[in-house]
Amino acid sequence: MSAVPALEVRDLSVEFRTRSGIVRALDNVGFAVGKGETAALVGESGSGKSVTAYAVMRILDPAGKITAGRAMFGGIDLLQQSEKDIAELRGRDLSMIFQSPRTALNPIRRVGAQLADVLVRHAGATSAGARTQAIEMLKKVRIPDPERRAMAYPFELSGGMCQRVMIALALACRPAVLIADEPTTGLDVTTQATIMDLITELAAETGMATILITHDLGLAAEYCQRIMVMHAGHVVEDAPTSALMQRALHPYSAKLIAATPAASAELDRLASIPGNLPDLRRADLPPCRYCARCERRTDACEQPLPRHVQPDGHAVACWNPL
Amino acid sequence: MIALLRHMRYVLSENPVTLLAFALFAVLVLAAVLGPSLTPHDPLATDSTRALQPPSATYWFGTDQIGRDVFSRVLVATRLDLAIAMAAVVIAFVFGALGGAAAGYFGGWTERVISRLVDTVMAFPLFVLAMGIVASMGNTVGNIVLATGIINFPIYARVARAEANIRRNAGFIEAARLSGNGEARILLMHIVPNILPIMAVQMSLTMGYAILNAAGLSFIGLGVRPPTPEWGIMVAEGAAFIVSGEWWVALFPGLALMLAVFCFNLLGDGFRDILDPRKRT
Amino acid sequence: MTSPPDVGSGVAGPLPTAGDATSGPPLLDVIELRKRFPVGAPAVGRLLTPFVARSRTRQPLLHAVDDVSFTIARGETVGLVGESGCGKSTLVRLINRLLDPTDGGIRLAGEELALIRARDFARSRHRARIQMVFQDAGDSLNPRYTAFDAIADPLRRLKRLTGTALRARVEELADLTGLPQILLGRFPHQLSGGQKARVGIARAIAVEPELLILDEPTAALDVSVQVVILQLLQSLKQRLSMSYLFVSHDLNVVRLLCDRVLVMYLGRIVESGPAAEVFARPAHFYTRALIDSIPDPARSKAAPRARLSGEPRSPIDPDPNVCRFHGRCPRGEVRCTQSMPVLRRLTAGHEAACHFAEEVTAVPV
Repeated sequence: MSAVPALEVRDLSVEFRTRSGIVRALDNVGFAVGKGETAALVGESGSGKSVTAYAVMRILDPAGKITAGRAMFGGIDLLQQSEKDIAELRGRDLSMIFQSPRTALNPIRRVGAQLADVLVRHAGATSAGARTQAIEMLKKVRIPDPERRAMAYPFELSGGMCQRVMIALALACRPAVLIADEPTTGLDVTTQATIMDLITELAAETGMATILITHDLGLAAEYCQRIMVMHAGHVVEDAPTSALMQRALHPYSAKLIAATPAASAELDRLASIPGNLPDLRRADLPPCRYCARCERRTDACEQPLPRHVQPDGHAVACWNPL
Repeated sequence: MIALLRHMRYVLSENPVTLLAFALFAVLVLAAVLGPSLTPHDPLATDSTRALQPPSATYWFGTDQIGRDVFSRVLVATRLDLAIAMAAVVIAFVFGALGGAAAGYFGGWTERVISRLVDTVMAFPLFVLAMGIVASMGNTVGNIVLATGIINFPIYARVARAEANIRRNAGFIEAARLSGNGEARILLMHIVPNILPIMAVQMSLTMGYAILNAAGLSFIGLGVRPPTPEWGIMVAEGAAFIVSGEWWVALFPGLALMLAVFCFNLLGDGFRDILDPRKRT
Repeated sequence: MTSPPDVGSGVAGPLPTAGDATSGPPLLDVIELRKRFPVGAPAVGRLLTPFVARSRTRQPLLHAVDDVSFTIARGETVGLVGESGCGKSTLVRLINRLLDPTDGGIRLAGEELALIRARDFARSRHRARIQMVFQDAGDSLNPRYTAFDAIADPLRRLKRLTGTALRARVEELADLTGLPQILLGRFPHQLSGGQKARVGIARAIAVEPELLILDEPTAALDVSVQVVILQLLQSLKQRLSMSYLFVSHDLNVVRLLCDRVLVMYLGRIVESGPAAEVFARPAHFYTRALIDSIPDPARSKAAPRARLSGEPRSPIDPDPNVCRFHGRCPRGEVRCTQSMPVLRRLTAGHEAACHFAEEVTAVPV
């Protein structure tokens, strides 16, 4: 990790106003991603991993409100930018890949033209040059026969191909930060492998900071250098991948690893995680949102969450780490 | 059930227009149920000595050309107008929902036959079709109901067909087959219950249209006959006096008609919000 | 029949089952099953269908399931893996008799089911014998039915239970699947993903099926819930002596639960064998690529990994003499375009449809 992170999120808190009360979706979320680093935000549904990305990209649902925090990118706070400025940054410096590529693409415009649009608008390409550049981009994401595919509409392409086009779109302007929100969910394993290979290779090549949002710990561990584990709106552990997989410190991370079926696993030996996420609408949420499910809970857990950081950058928010 | 009531309260508190529609609806229902016993004057009693009197403390809406109290007549007419519209909508609803759902679920020949039937009805200017039906079958309340029902049928059939079509390949339909349900049973017990809420919204929206249609038929002399109080006839009879300055004879039944249509249309929008599961969490 | 002429009768008939402890006929015997769908009828032709005989216009056929044969023994769990569009959903719908096969046999304990039309099967006495747990528990539950009604539906229709007997059985099933009885009155949208999965399982086992098809039962669940549901399925199988056909694209899950695995590619089974054997020594390039695609942080980054390139072949009127995997296969030689490889036996119970199966097996995973 380089000295100056490409993106640094600090004390980010997000609330959603709903009819049944205020949902405290994120609470003091903080992490940093360095240039050229690939980090993963891992968590189960409801952990707040996507909300984090949406808040940083400023594309939260109108019901969601950022109540505190900063997201520093190149010396500016993304959360303080005007709508116009952030829209400009989103196109050029910050990019995002979504879960369902088909819905994220314009269904009635040829994919080559969509790519060219982005190049003209954000990279200052001429419309003549944009076309050849678009085909270059399609070639780069290893779409076979790019000249012909550039003339295709999204519905004519398979899910894997659409995701490649999305990646080409996201990388068209050589962004400094790429957020990939479950980019391979719904794709076949063989396609997943090639898409992830592509993302990590391009990330390494262009030196961009990449945040992979996924529920699949195995996927994160295979492709990312660092993993942030989220639970109920908290980052409970933030560690280099090997350190986390070998010795998870937070009880939740340890359970999550033990619950993930791996090559050598046996069904009887897989762990289950008892209990559910706490109701995030409660006004009296305990400082540690895992404590109700935790086997290591003590009276100390009533205090505000600590953040123990080890020399190798392995951080954990727990009073009784493993 | 309690959740639904709570949800209703929420939708109503969020949306004052829907609340207004519900209030209007309550007034209409009350007028329909209690109308005849609330009238200050006999709606049928004529008195040429007090013909065409403007609205006053005694005759709130004035009197018509043969001295009948317009207010009493407007009030009493509510029952007939709502009943005609309601009966017509129920007929259209039952046949439209079943026919449309069968078309959407079974597809193939069933769908072709029902869709062509719907297209045939839709090919006519609907009001002219209703006129034709009443004119040829006889000038009775029953035939107005039938004619109004027929011209409303395609709306229900189309909505039901589309909704059933979306669900025909849903997982729960396959699960129902695995559970030993025959095709007819799946249609009635699994498909129809799921499209009913959507149809209920349509029902409210078409109620206004049905009221207008029934009144329209009476206005041009088909359907309900004088001296029965009915909004359409009253507007028709009063129309002649507007030029001579006796505006109240036509205005008040027209206003009642407008409010009723307005109420049902708003109610439909309100229903949509209440029944929309996406708004209920 | 589209089998190439050089194929003998070697593939015909049931495949031997490995490690089958039970004797007698297999529970399920699928014999040369085929399903073809007509596709892309000319627009004019479709319009005139009521008037012009269908056979007049030769329609292209999509070969969704092509010459599939396999068996499932009593008490056995067989995994079916393959990517989307490989025909596994069609195969499942053929076996659970929601769809009529074009050709071939489906025998359950020796009784032929393929001859009963799918639309009549709901009222057949065999209906209770094959049940299924659906991929998306949410979608498979009628939004207007409570959990109780969902579980009671098959009992009412197929076992004619009513009143207190029905209530007692539904409550028993809720206990069996770990669904708190208090939740029986709830509608699907009031249940969590794991609870919906339990309702789906309770409904499927309610009529005591002999064969239970599990169609990616945990695909929509979080890992923590997935483990619990898999363990539940495992214990139910032993307690109720069912056989499972477990469909999944998650090979790690298949590995956990299955005795034997079938790998499907473009409508055909390309490899079958004991799960441990197939995962340790895959004999088909496609299986190999599948295994290499599983994210596994423990594996060395330096080791070469098989990745698929190219586009899958079209399943519409495929050339009967070309290997279906040709074009994506890293090996792909002239021979593969001249004769389509058929399943052949490598070791006891392990079969693969590849000319170079021995070479593939030789390279350790």
